[in-house]
Amino acid sequence: MFEKLFGKKKSSEVAKDRLKLVLIHDRRLISNTVLNQMKDELIQVISKYIKIEQEEINIQFDVETENRNRGALIVNVPLKNILKKKKMI
Amino acid sequence: MGKVYVITSGKGGVGKTTTTANLGVGLAKKGSSVVLMDADIGLRNLDVILGLENRIVYNSMDVMMGTCRLKQALIKDKRYDKLFLLPASQTNDKMDVSPEMMTKLVAELKEKFDYVLIDCPAGIEQGFKNAIVGADEALIITTPEISSIRDADRVIGLLAASEMGEIKLIVNRIKMKLVNEGNMLHMDDIVDILGLDIVGVIPDDEEIVISTNKGEPVSVKAMSPSGKAYMNIAGRISGEDIPFLNIDEKISLASKFKNFFSR
Repeated sequence: MFEKLFGKKKSSEVAKDRLKLVLIHDRRLISNTVLNQMKDELIQVISKYIKIEQEEINIQFDVETENRNRGALIVNVPLKNILKKKKMI
Repeated sequence: MGKVYVITSGKGGVGKTTTTANLGVGLAKKGSSVVLMDADIGLRNLDVILGLENRIVYNSMDVMMGTCRLKQALIKDKRYDKLFLLPASQTNDKMDVSPEMMTKLVAELKEKFDYVLIDCPAGIEQGFKNAIVGADEALIITTPEISSIRDADRVIGLLAASEMGEIKLIVNRIKMKLVNEGNMLHMDDIVDILGLDIVGVIPDDEEIVISTNKGEPVSVKAMSPSGKAYMNIAGRISGEDIPFLNIDEKISLASKFKNFFSR
């Protein structure tokens, strides 16, 4: 819709967007296999203490563009039945 | 004690060797003593870009193996007294050199010259590792293409992990006409994406083809746009404060004149 209104996206814009996506993958420090393995182990450990939505756990690497020595491993773990727990307390 | 730069890119064919030769000429013209070391063992080309291919007797491999002394392998440029080439062996393999051998050789060169410029081979394998081991700083060459920028990013990651000093960017083969039409990545975008400081932008220039044919780097006469751009980078490296030319205006103005007169 947007593109139809304002004409086609310039090819340099397309290149920029594609490049950014490719680099997000390239800059990851470990492979998908290892990442999944880590995910499984994390699920095991966390599940010992709290109930979590195992299917919705999300792990990602975030490497800073300005300083590649800095980055973060971001793990998002949705909890299961939080309301129920609250009632119990 | 001199300073050692490695000129690298990851991707092949983006202008590492041409840049090494031209920066060498530029720094020598500014009065510094410079040695250009070809680290592309088995696929050397810095000698032909400089037009010194007929003078090679010994190479860096001979020095590292102790077959000859460093002085015997260094080739003095025919144009500048303070510019030297240390050619690579064409009959050896990149695996024949170890990082330890390179470190030792580079340390020796560093004592004798103001600048040591190392022309790195393409790729990120042994040849690359050998080329960066003795360097204080790195210059990354990229063209405004996705493939080249992506490879540059890989190399930057590897250099950062190897604790390289400063890493700076040179964008090569910019065509401002395409950039202005929105069909080529702008250097500012490349700087943003790679997150490095830029030391120079080199316009795409047919003069490079002619100069390569002749074995005379464009910065020798420095009349062409690329030759001027290389001289500016050499200036910035040697500490001069040279503002970035607005290539946009310069080229569009020049081409306007051209168009006007060719009508």
